[in-house]
Amino acid sequence: MALRPPSDTTRTQVEDGVLDTDRRPEGHASEKPPSEQGPSTGRGGTAPALRPVEFGRWLWRQLTSMRTALILLFLLAVASVPGSIVPQRRIDPSAVQLFKDDHPTLSPLFERIEMFDVYSSAWFSAIYLLLMLSLVGCIIPRLRVYAAAVRGMPPKAPRNLSRLPAYDTWTTDEADAGVAKRAQALLRSQRRRVRVFADPPAGDVVVSAEKGYLREAGNLLFHCSLVVVLVGVAVTGLFGFRGSASVIVGNGFSNTLTQYDDFTPGASFDETSLTPFTFTVEDFHVQWQRDGAAAGTPLTFNADLAVTDQPGAPPRDYHLRVNHPLEVDGTSVFLVGHGYAPRVTVRDGKGNVAFSGPVVFLPQDGSFVSYGVVKAPDAAPSQLGFEGYFFPTADLCEGQPCSTFPDADNPVLSLLAYQGDLGVDSGQPQSVYVLDKDDLSPFTTPGGNPRALLLRVGEQAQLGDGAGSITFDGYDRWVRLQVSKSPAKVVPLVGVLAAIVGLLGSLFVRPRRTWVRVTPRDGRTLVEVAALDRVFGGDPADHVADVSSSLRPSSATAAAALPAQQEDLR
Amino acid sequence: MTETLATVSNNMLYSATVVYALALLAHVAEWAMAHKLPADDEAAGSRGGALVATGSVSSPVASSASPLGATSPETRSVNEVERSDKYGRIGLSLTALALILHGVGVVSRGLAADRVPWGSMYEFSITVSLAVAAAYLYLVRRYRVRWLGLLVTGFLALVLGIAVIVLYRPVGPLVPALHSYWLVIHVSAAAIAGGAFTVGALASVLFLLRSRLEARASARPELPRSGFLWRMPAASDIDKVAYRVHAFAFPLWTFAVLAGAIWAQYAWGRFWGWDPKEVWAFITWVAYAAYLHARATAGWQGRRAAYVALFGYATFVFNFVGINIFGSGLHAYAGL
Repeated sequence: MALRPPSDTTRTQVEDGVLDTDRRPEGHASEKPPSEQGPSTGRGGTAPALRPVEFGRWLWRQLTSMRTALILLFLLAVASVPGSIVPQRRIDPSAVQLFKDDHPTLSPLFERIEMFDVYSSAWFSAIYLLLMLSLVGCIIPRLRVYAAAVRGMPPKAPRNLSRLPAYDTWTTDEADAGVAKRAQALLRSQRRRVRVFADPPAGDVVVSAEKGYLREAGNLLFHCSLVVVLVGVAVTGLFGFRGSASVIVGNGFSNTLTQYDDFTPGASFDETSLTPFTFTVEDFHVQWQRDGAAAGTPLTFNADLAVTDQPGAPPRDYHLRVNHPLEVDGTSVFLVGHGYAPRVTVRDGKGNVAFSGPVVFLPQDGSFVSYGVVKAPDAAPSQLGFEGYFFPTADLCEGQPCSTFPDADNPVLSLLAYQGDLGVDSGQPQSVYVLDKDDLSPFTTPGGNPRALLLRVGEQAQLGDGAGSITFDGYDRWVRLQVSKSPAKVVPLVGVLAAIVGLLGSLFVRPRRTWVRVTPRDGRTLVEVAALDRVFGGDPADHVADVSSSLRPSSATAAAALPAQQEDLR
Repeated sequence: MTETLATVSNNMLYSATVVYALALLAHVAEWAMAHKLPADDEAAGSRGGALVATGSVSSPVASSASPLGATSPETRSVNEVERSDKYGRIGLSLTALALILHGVGVVSRGLAADRVPWGSMYEFSITVSLAVAAAYLYLVRRYRVRWLGLLVTGFLALVLGIAVIVLYRPVGPLVPALHSYWLVIHVSAAAIAGGAFTVGALASVLFLLRSRLEARASARPELPRSGFLWRMPAASDIDKVAYRVHAFAFPLWTFAVLAGAIWAQYAWGRFWGWDPKEVWAFITWVAYAAYLHARATAGWQGRRAAYVALFGYATFVFNFVGINIFGSGLHAYAGL
């Protein structure tokens, strides 16, 4: 960009901290000479009918303008908000279901505008894709401009150097060529680009130097990197998957679809390509803070696994901890939670065992009061179902049963029992954590209230009516595992790192132009030094003082001996 | 030993709160004394705005020895400049003292817990406010921004006060998810960026006040130009300071988000999952990106850009306060 005279406009821009190349480049709408603009691009002018090409060009210029980019940034910020308020299916499907139950009128509307899938919705995607398009449309011409600027040389000097913000002048008896040569050497030694203009008519020589090309380079790197990040994230999402499973300690897990509680594949993920590893959760350790004000805070939890990387391979031990995932051939297994699985035995009216084993109960809060459901569809004559809570350290808090500590110091199981039809035979898939009570009736006390069964380990309760019994045999623990594959996740990582490097360059590199003009005058030599910063924050006056003190006759010898690099060290 | 250190930490932080409040009072006095003082364009412009009075060399003896015992308006003004300046210096000294107490308080909290003191909202509050105080004092040395004193000490007294009274939690262990060196990297970057965002936002507030004053004065030149706001640097200089602070904070915030994403990959198996905390960190990032762009967009420079910066700060505060209180999500352990 041609240097403008240091008029007020230049000053304002410099003071605003904005390099004028920070603006969108030449070639974008508002900076194009009017003659190049379509007939209808005049602001506020009424548009005659546009030919498609012109309209397309107009649209492109609008899209790539800084104002549009700014508006799109705002839209992106605003569009992100609802996803943090309305539950999202990708994050917590059960919360979405709860929300739908609570808001039956609102939910269909929300469903239609993809409010439960904000970050993959059409409107959210539209905003960030438009932003990326705007960004690319801005970068490409800028790359061209920058390439020309890098190949090009430092600009000619403005006619009147004394009007620049930093200026110094003196006359000397030294020959003009000598001063010019020294100025050239000095500015070169400061790692500036130097070009010498000899202007015969006026008889003067101008040494023009420029520094700070990396600012725009950083700016471009930053914006290009954002595209890389977006592409990387998209690839990772398309070809990866995420799933989770709760595994009771002692049980195994094999990496097949059926073993997952939930599974979210990327759009292009091939489900047959799941790495065929298996492992057994051999042991689990958890430790809580026992005393002090922070009693009940979890300190550590970890699991011992025996991992078989592929069928036939010898098993290996792995100590699975939070923040230390198990890696098998690009698939990672994370320990994200744990809980209790009470072991119960249900006997039906005929005395047969209708169900026996551990059942995963879900912790409700930090005290690990856990909710769960026991289903005994094999019970006869009618099916039996139970729902209730597991209290690891049972106590009474203000008359209500509660757990006073998350560890199992005094485990108590509190259940309500039902008989009837569990609805599991209807063929409809059913959650193992929900009891469908439509065709169930509770066992009641003589007064008609549902009867709560309170069981300690080893205790048995009769259900009444000769319907059967339930025994609380003990408890196991289970671990919540998250399994995921994020291929190419290194791409967004590298992208963000490059973006940060670019950002640092674009914010902290300060382009500066320096001119030394040497003019023969009345047998002596007039030397002028001036500098112009293209962003604020530097001290061009300081720089000019440095340069002049090196060039002035008194310090000529010292300057020749010392390449003045204080500028860089300061 | 732990108990002792925890007690030391509490006492230090209580004291720091009180000293910040005293510094605030000093700065209030500084502003009050400057109420009737005329604009001091020369001092404000060329010396970066510290209330270095033009007449600070005049001796008190001279004024008391003036004939008839009456002080001329000029002398009175000089005295008031001196007085206002003196309170400003007192405020600054108190802030520096409070910073030392504050720093010792945070460090001893960490020693008491035998870990970095960033495990709860209380600990994060005392750390971010420490970053605010340190950033302010650094900027005072570097760019003479003592004019920020009133707002900064007000902020510090308020936040540290809320922390020690409302958010306080006894020293406790970290939950397992936080057992990672990424805690150090992620939270320190977020805390320093947060401190810088705060100073940037306060500077933007003063910029808006001053530039409104300037706009009004240029429309009606007959209006008197007096008061502390007129004795601060020109709006354009305040804007430069605000920009510098934001330009420092933005890359650091980017890094904090990145470090969080890497950590999330290790802890939760995905680097980005639109958890509420992540959403709002993203919104903050976008808002400050918009601020940097606004400064380069015709028609958006100056006041509008400053409003964008304040919007960005509001999203940061909401992420820290709102999401911790109302939100659930995986960052729940950072809660109250």
